[in-house]
Amino acid sequence: MRVPILKLHNYLLVSIQIELDDQTAMKFQEDLLGKIHDTGATGVVIDLTSVEVVDSFIAKVFGDVVSMADLMGAKVVFTGVQPAVSMTLIELGIYLKEVPTALDLEQGIIKLRQELEEK
Amino acid sequence: MKGTLSSVVIKQEWDIVGARQAGRQVSQDLGFGSVDQARIATAISELARNIYLYTEEGEITFEQVRDIPKVGLKIIAQDQGPGIKDLSAVMKDGYSTSGGLGAGLPGVKRLMDHFDLESDENGTKVTAIKWAR
Repeated sequence: MRVPILKLHNYLLVSIQIELDDQTAMKFQEDLLGKIHDTGATGVVIDLTSVEVVDSFIAKVFGDVVSMADLMGAKVVFTGVQPAVSMTLIELGIYLKEVPTALDLEQGIIKLRQELEEK
Repeated sequence: MKGTLSSVVIKQEWDIVGARQAGRQVSQDLGFGSVDQARIATAISELARNIYLYTEEGEITFEQVRDIPKVGLKIIAQDQGPGIKDLSAVMKDGYSTSGGLGAGLPGVKRLMDHFDLESDENGTKVTAIKWAR
């Protein structure tokens, strides 16, 4: 199983709609970095509206992908984190403070634009 | 309905997903709300990953428990692996021997209402209970 990555102008859009196992998450990380490289995208929005469970491994993959993309020169914003996912992560002790988030896809694009223009 | 509801063998990486899906289904059947379902599924994921990472094989069993008038879900994660050497270290946030976030066991303890860890050289057994509200 693969997570589809769509290109829109200078951005990449991802909506995770499948149950992420460790392998799929790692593959997604690799695919996304490859796609950033191939397209020269400067921003990425990853929408988690359909994701019901984020455990410590998936959280680590998400946190890492932000740092990795940042190293390549692209900004990543996560959107649509469900209330249950947010509560569970904090109770687990995972704060993901370095991870930029926005309420929904629209806000995510606005946030990306702001961050990229500030430079 | 009482006692064992189902159990999942953890041997391959994909079994982690299988276990949390089974746990979500069981918790839904027992009437847990969506946030508790997420807590339970996440706790199972952490326990299953520990079995997968550190042992050859293990099993996660789901049981219904009753403490009238409450109904709860008991999760038992058991393996015959090498055991945990430093029990107090694994309960500290940020401790990991596998490059993970070290959120696993202390996180599970916070997500659940009851948590018990037994481990020796013959294996490890984690028992966790969540009560339905």
